[in-house]
Amino acid sequence: MTPVARTAERNSDQMTSATVVTGPEHDTTETGAAGPRRPGRRPTGSAAARRVPRWAIYLPLAAYLLFTLVPFYWILLFAFRETGSTALVPWPLTFEHFATVWNGAGFGVFFKNSVIIAVLTVLLTTVIALAGGYALARFRFRGKNACMVLMLCTQFVPGAMMLIPLFDIFRTTHLINTLWSIVVADAVFHLPLSIILMAGFIRNIPIELEEASWVDGCGRFSGFRMTVLPLLRPGVVAISSFAFISSWNNFLFALMFLNSQDQFTIPVGLSYMLGEYSVDFGALAAGGVVAVVPVVLVFAYVQRFLVQGLSAGGVKG
Amino acid sequence: MTVLSTAAPPEAGAPRQKRNRPRERWTPYLLLAPAGALLAIFLIYPIGSVVYYSLYKYNVTKPWDNGFIGLENYAAMLRDDLFWQSLRFTGQWVVVEVSLQLVFGLALALVINETFVGRAVSRAMVFSPWAVSGVLTTTIWLLIYNPTTGFGRYLADAGVGAYGTSLLTEPGTAFWAAVLAELWRGVPFFAILILADLQSISGDLYEAAEVDGAGRFRRFWSITLPHLRAAIILSTLLRAVWEFNNVDLLYTLTGGGPGNATMTLPLYVARKAVDAKEFGYGSALTMSAFVILAVCSVTYLWLARAGRETE
Repeated sequence: MTPVARTAERNSDQMTSATVVTGPEHDTTETGAAGPRRPGRRPTGSAAARRVPRWAIYLPLAAYLLFTLVPFYWILLFAFRETGSTALVPWPLTFEHFATVWNGAGFGVFFKNSVIIAVLTVLLTTVIALAGGYALARFRFRGKNACMVLMLCTQFVPGAMMLIPLFDIFRTTHLINTLWSIVVADAVFHLPLSIILMAGFIRNIPIELEEASWVDGCGRFSGFRMTVLPLLRPGVVAISSFAFISSWNNFLFALMFLNSQDQFTIPVGLSYMLGEYSVDFGALAAGGVVAVVPVVLVFAYVQRFLVQGLSAGGVKG
Repeated sequence: MTVLSTAAPPEAGAPRQKRNRPRERWTPYLLLAPAGALLAIFLIYPIGSVVYYSLYKYNVTKPWDNGFIGLENYAAMLRDDLFWQSLRFTGQWVVVEVSLQLVFGLALALVINETFVGRAVSRAMVFSPWAVSGVLTTTIWLLIYNPTTGFGRYLADAGVGAYGTSLLTEPGTAFWAAVLAELWRGVPFFAILILADLQSISGDLYEAAEVDGAGRFRRFWSITLPHLRAAIILSTLLRAVWEFNNVDLLYTLTGGGPGNATMTLPLYVARKAVDAKEFGYGSALTMSAFVILAVCSVTYLWLARAGRETE
């Protein structure tokens, strides 16, 4: 094993064992434990003793929230404000920019393409990662360590490095300028991490549950489906959301492999708008809002799992 | 096996052997086969072909010129000023981005880890830029930096600064403008990871330290930081690799400009591949990027390990 693999594995093990006991969901348990010990005080976690002054929390938090939210506000402002207005609030509201960008700039088509690519990528990644992760988590076999090391090493491969050879492969297989080229490229790039994460999630589920189901006459697959899969939901949600977000956001592969406008995805469409000489800023902002809505919805749903999900076996940028 | 051992039959050890039943010998390989096939065709084979292409003159738009040229691409690379310049800039970009993201991410994680009113909502909001793409980050920050739509115009309206100031066209300010935009998107990554690790520190440790009279700073220095050490090493490495490789933001925000001042090595590769279609030279560039990245990563891990052993 290389030092890379060893360190990463040790870390993931530490993190996994730790986060099983203390997810963010356990804040309440902590509170309960601290409460009785210090009767009469506001039960604010075991932190009661090391209570930080409120201003030391709210002041930096407010500053950082400002830094995070003002840029979001800025794009919403331009997306909903009438052309020519310089007001700092988008009033009167207008939806004309959305009509422009959706019909005129072709974002309706880009959106459809992005959705198709993202959904197919998620399905492909999740199913293959389930199988691969299960093999790594539950079997001992020759070449397993080599397999893990190889997958960790792929994390160091630059995306830009794959542009040229993949372009060639897709050209010879006539996949160039089809959505499938992006699905395959995205899925392959995302698979190693998904498998490593999935193996981590599966390892956390006691094997005894499966063994009990085998005793009851289940085979590998039915045992897995009935005992592991239901408990694996948070892991599957986390992994498929990462796949969704990274596929939805992928730019470089789509820029390289898609060359007709009816195949473009949203990031490519946006990048062409950015490159125009006279940019229609209202339409550009509206296009940005269209691009961000799906990931924000997914993010809002998964961010509760995020802290545990990321620490369960690896990391995603 | 505490709870389950009562439910399982007496020969509870038996299923364990089942795991290596002969008929299951091939199961793990079968399960890994789809992943293995995809990775072999679309990841490992391409890496091999990059090595191969780097020895060729290969430009899809000028097929009559293509052919084997040995190490000529690498020789040309060593003579290429833009290669050396992009390499220097890549180093600068990675170091500045990763250290700033780490500092702010750590601070943010420490704040979010406290218990306070509105914690869940604030956490969701400060983490949200993590999900935003590079192109979208560009769209947002371009609106902020642009002289007609940006903050500069409103400041000028209020009498601060001059109209028409464009941060992205001056070499001096373009770098920091790009750094700020990437920081906005990158800090949540560190905050999320460090927060996950912070939540695994036992509160008892802090209480014991408190009893021993350790102050807040001392507790942070002697308990929190050592505990986070592994997570910090791992996350900085992963982020450095990611910042090194990622081209979306710079490709769209500055395009490497003004005057190649913000050209990273992978961005240079992407420009050669996407715009110039110079596949042979692009492959040589990308090989160098890959080797440099691998050497730096191994050195970093080795230093981190050496640091731990001397403690």
